[in-house]
Amino acid sequence: MQKDFVLEWRQKYAFNGMLLYVGSTVFICYLSFSLRFGGLEVPVWNALYWIILLFTAVNAIAKGFAQESRGRLLYYYSVVSPQGVILAKMVYNAALMLVLSLLCFGFYAIVIGNPVQDVGMFLVTIVLGAIGFASSLTMISGIAAKAANTGTLMAVLSFPVMVPMLLMLMKMSKNAIDGLDPSVSLDEALVLLAINMIVVTVSYILFPYLWRS
Amino acid sequence: MKLTWWKWLTIALLLYTVVMGMLSEVPRLAILNETIRNLYFHVPMWFGMILILLVSVVYSIKYLRNPLTRNDIIAYESAKVGILFGVLGIITGMEWARFTWGEFWSNDPKQNASAIGLLIYFAYLILRGSFQDHQQRARISAVYNVFAFAALIPLLFILPRLTDSLHPGNGGNPGFNSYDLDSRLRAVFYPAVIGWTLLGVWVVHLRTRLEVLKQRFYENA
Repeated sequence: MQKDFVLEWRQKYAFNGMLLYVGSTVFICYLSFSLRFGGLEVPVWNALYWIILLFTAVNAIAKGFAQESRGRLLYYYSVVSPQGVILAKMVYNAALMLVLSLLCFGFYAIVIGNPVQDVGMFLVTIVLGAIGFASSLTMISGIAAKAANTGTLMAVLSFPVMVPMLLMLMKMSKNAIDGLDPSVSLDEALVLLAINMIVVTVSYILFPYLWRS
Repeated sequence: MKLTWWKWLTIALLLYTVVMGMLSEVPRLAILNETIRNLYFHVPMWFGMILILLVSVVYSIKYLRNPLTRNDIIAYESAKVGILFGVLGIITGMEWARFTWGEFWSNDPKQNASAIGLLIYFAYLILRGSFQDHQQRARISAVYNVFAFAALIPLLFILPRLTDSLHPGNGGNPGFNSYDLDSRLRAVFYPAVIGWTLLGVWVVHLRTRLEVLKQRFYENA
């Protein structure tokens, strides 16, 4: 499994591309919003941040399986167990998403402004979000990579599955922005953790069947 | 026409539901008034949808353990019937909401959640359409079906309970298990749930037989 992680790490050329993707998306949002209104309302700021992250996540993680060549997949198949592959991919994607979303937050805060009052809580939300996005999208990218029109399918399959998570995240981050007491967000955090657990368990069980084909 | 006992039961229960649902006495409640009769048609749709999607998931799991074409067909057909029930549920719900909440669509958490739930299953249909190879299609859509069902559970059962909703049963609105579901309503409601669900099972049964026959026909032709 360690080896798998290293293998994943080696193909990080995609990473720079994703950084640029995040940067330019934020900048486009800045240009298209600030010019007109001169500043963003808090709910808009919040929603925009998560939507940028959602699209970044779908793009970043979709590459995970689609980019692998046939030969390398066969190699993985012979070397490691499917459970090892899915866990390694999830961990890698979670780390990737964490870095991307933190950078996105930083850049976003500099360019558009930072209304967040409780930064610690907001960071917790980002961590939960990164793990959640990574775990659910990893499985879906595995499914979508098998089909003919991967790009469309990735979006179609993932968006409805992500929505509950996204709603919880937005609510939590809204609480953090308003500087409410962390105990207010406890419910949402627990639900997020529960959803993550369900998704990870189901992926862990199902992935071997996907892997075989 | 030879029908097994449960098909006669379905017919009887649905006839009972429609006749009694339209004619029987119902409690008079503010705002709801006569629309409370929708309980016999709208609510069983969701019960039926969940049960039939559960059948679909069970057969998907069965397919993964034991790849028979028949298991795949049942999973697919019951997912389709589940979607049909979901669409009917949304339509009856919107119709009801028009007269009680004032709008067909009032951005209520339950409405949104059910719309998203349907999107998940439409995605399942799209996914099935994008494979050429039969076995691969069956296996991968079975995997997605189980995954989607696991994602549907928090969507339908946990999220709406965390947010306020106009829907009965939420946020202090007259609800489902509370005082107003009295014995007169129960007498029609439970048979209605069983009846509509059995109807769904019947449709799945017929469609599966048709598909299995079709496959056999093409194999021999």
